[in-house]
Amino acid sequence: MTRTFLGMPATAPRGVGNLRGEESFPAAARRALGDTQLRRNLRHATTTIRAKSAAVIGELPDWAQLRAAGSAIKTDVMARLPELLEQLEAAVAAAGGTVHWAADALEANRIVTDLVRATGAQRVMKVKSMATQEIGLNEALEAAGIEPVETDLAELIVQLGRDRPSHILVPAIHRNRAEIREIFLREMPGVDPALTDEPAVLAAAARRHLRETFLSTPVAVSGANFAVAETGSLAVVESEGNGRMCLTLPETLITVMGVEKVIPTWADLEVFLQLLPRASTGERMNPYTSMWTGVTPGDGPQQVHLVLLDNGRSAVLADAVGRQALHCIRCSACLNVCPVYERTGGHAYGSVYPGPIGAVLSPQLTGMPDNASLPYASSLCGACYDACPVMINIPELLVHLRGQAPHPAGEKAAMGAAAYTMDHPRLYAAAQRAAGLARLAGPALPPPLNGWTASRDLPAAPPQTFRQWWAER
Amino acid sequence: MRIALFVTCLADTLFPEAAKATVRLLERLGHEVVFPADQTCCGQMHVNTGYPDDALRLVRRHVRVFAPYDVVVAPSGSCVGSVRHQHAMVARRAGDERLASRAEEVARRTYELSELLVDVLGVTDVGAYFPHRVTYHPTCHSLRMLRVADKPLRLLREVRGLELVELPQAEQCCGFGGTFAVKNADTSTAMLADKMRNVLATRAEMCTAGDSSCLMHIGGGLSRLRAGVRTVHLAEILASIEGAETAGERDRLEVGS
Amino acid sequence: MTARDLILGRLRVALGEPPADPAAVPRDYRPAGAVAVDLDLLVHRLTDYRATVHRCADADVAQVVDEVLGGRRVVVPPGLPRHWLPATVAAVTDENLTAAQIAAVDGVVTAAAVAVAETGTIVLDAAPDQGRRVISLLPDVHVCVLRADQVVATVPDAVARVDPGRPLTWISGPSATSDIELNRVEGVHGPRHLHVVVVSAGAAQHG
Repeated sequence: MTRTFLGMPATAPRGVGNLRGEESFPAAARRALGDTQLRRNLRHATTTIRAKSAAVIGELPDWAQLRAAGSAIKTDVMARLPELLEQLEAAVAAAGGTVHWAADALEANRIVTDLVRATGAQRVMKVKSMATQEIGLNEALEAAGIEPVETDLAELIVQLGRDRPSHILVPAIHRNRAEIREIFLREMPGVDPALTDEPAVLAAAARRHLRETFLSTPVAVSGANFAVAETGSLAVVESEGNGRMCLTLPETLITVMGVEKVIPTWADLEVFLQLLPRASTGERMNPYTSMWTGVTPGDGPQQVHLVLLDNGRSAVLADAVGRQALHCIRCSACLNVCPVYERTGGHAYGSVYPGPIGAVLSPQLTGMPDNASLPYASSLCGACYDACPVMINIPELLVHLRGQAPHPAGEKAAMGAAAYTMDHPRLYAAAQRAAGLARLAGPALPPPLNGWTASRDLPAAPPQTFRQWWAER
Repeated sequence: MRIALFVTCLADTLFPEAAKATVRLLERLGHEVVFPADQTCCGQMHVNTGYPDDALRLVRRHVRVFAPYDVVVAPSGSCVGSVRHQHAMVARRAGDERLASRAEEVARRTYELSELLVDVLGVTDVGAYFPHRVTYHPTCHSLRMLRVADKPLRLLREVRGLELVELPQAEQCCGFGGTFAVKNADTSTAMLADKMRNVLATRAEMCTAGDSSCLMHIGGGLSRLRAGVRTVHLAEILASIEGAETAGERDRLEVGS
Repeated sequence: MTARDLILGRLRVALGEPPADPAAVPRDYRPAGAVAVDLDLLVHRLTDYRATVHRCADADVAQVVDEVLGGRRVVVPPGLPRHWLPATVAAVTDENLTAAQIAAVDGVVTAAAVAVAETGTIVLDAAPDQGRRVISLLPDVHVCVLRADQVVATVPDAVARVDPGRPLTWISGPSATSDIELNRVEGVHGPRHLHVVVVSAGAAQHG
């Protein structure tokens, strides 16, 4: 470990949170690919959402202009991040909220745990939030004797199934209705044994299961989709109403938010409220969006906290190219169109941020050595860039990060030698002829190139190269 | 028109038929093709594998070799994509602004084959004859980096004797992705399996595309399956005329183990 | 050093020198005021997301409420126009009712602040005729009465019209989820039935 100085951008610490997998992407992917049920579930879900999203995006005549505006607003946010955060802090405080700053996952978990302890509550209810998944808040709360209850349906499925989330928007995307029914029958106290696998019936079961929790839990923890620096307003975009429950019913509300989620002005919401639902769930508008500004006397939580989280974001910001990854609004469109994600699912990425955006965000948050295989988990097909509502050039970022990844010594030597040879046309021509001869040795390749011949035949070297043919013309 | 051929290292070394077909086609259309002999590789493999420093010398070479020509063509969407979207970036990363602007100049004059034919030369009927049932796979870089859109299809529709069948889920990646095919061989193979299933569903005799790399991948998989469907580069179809069809690459695919 | 100073310091170091000219944001999309209001579109979009739409004159609102909630108990905000309520409903006014009391009623009747035609969205801002956020959340049936002049065309129109200082709830159809196989199904934690009554001066059609 290199010594870091106070004030230098820092990556997310090890040993806490869920940004690192236990194995490399190719190893994890190999196992996932063998699960035919998983692949059917993913193909069905991603095919459904792609069609829905394309249809509602097609209804807007100004989608391209909205994307351009969203992209530019985010670029502006990153360039002015410190001043916007100070402005946000002042606005939230003026409206009666309390702002906390957390340099990393450990500090954020400690702040939230202390706030919950101060209320005396033994249980907190949670709105789906990537930031709290990232920092491992549930594990920290449990260690402190506090029970966290996930209230989003997919998060509930994951929590009841003692599973891990595999998608940003729909953490249980890897489960189909029959599997969800089984989990509910097994883990949901008092569930109707005659439960069917109709989605509406499963949703109704979750409604009954959580109703009492909503009415009796005095503390809620949420994330935030947007925070408006100008007004101090926070926004949560959701579907089920569990968000409204958590944001309205308890006495104390604690919102944990990555620093990059701030937007400059109230008017900027007009862009993101159009981009996010259409790219995300493929709806013109999601069923519920809640916005609150500090405390409203007599309405909703009277103790309102905002925890601003760094946890590696300053390190991402320090890379002028890589910082584009902070523009992400967590819509999941890139996952839904990614041919790699569709086949491997989210668990293969190790981090809570899977798919194309995860492949560029996770290694930057943790530092490249801890997620070195992720920038290579893409065929660079470019579908993610086309789908991204804020136009993050993910293929460019993947290539950029590959340039920072640690390289195997053998590969490094070979690539250097290849570049040298290719910079000398006579050596190059000689190598082309030698390659043809080498092919006579046999059609199979040594590792790692046998990854090719495991499933694909190799072309035989032609009788002559193009340049030989040209020279003889 | 005098057109410089940017052959690409892959076509030069392993798929010369695609490059020869490009030459024959353009000459048949009345143009002069030149082959700058000092060209080697555009450096895309180095850039995409994470070796931009090694790529720099190849970018410098490419720019130097092709700077003198007004029009450059390559039978590859991917390599043209690299020239257009990566060369200046590699130069800027190394702090060489002069090279970057020269690279942008060269990129502006460099075209993928279907772009050259449709946009620059203004032809869609190139006088080809190819009496086969064919499906077309739009390669990712031609589709999403170059935005060639339906140009290859417009060219294919004018080919006499050719029966063009639509490829289901055509815009899904075939799983090649350069070193992705070996670094993530299992995922690449799963993507390939779906692509082959869709190709076979068309009951086409041949699958064509504008990139030899993707065709090497799809063709290598089809060959392993003994599927009886072969791959053929778009240039080879467009270069074919009555009495002189090209055979595709079937005869040169070997069995691996 | 506080965490605040630490983080702000890190971010400033990460950014380096501030850019000479901040990037301008191109706003070439349809701004507020660009699109004409289309009430029929609102009705279509609400219906498409499984809300039930009624169109009537102000004097006929009570009749609609009767059709939806007649014979049942409803909670209403203190500022709700009383002539919207038929004699057939047992109305409880929300004067600091507990959550349990609100959860025990069958329905809620509120006004709205603004509605967006293009997305089929109604926005509540907790004004006296809409009440605290909790009352439109716990009952299973929400009847929302909307004046035609509260309808705007697009999201930018609505963002420009609402007051950021108030707690806002944007509602597009009944509670729903896409969490099972990414298919939308209605009816999770929020009201499972949303009725929107669009009141246009003089109009008395039912639908």
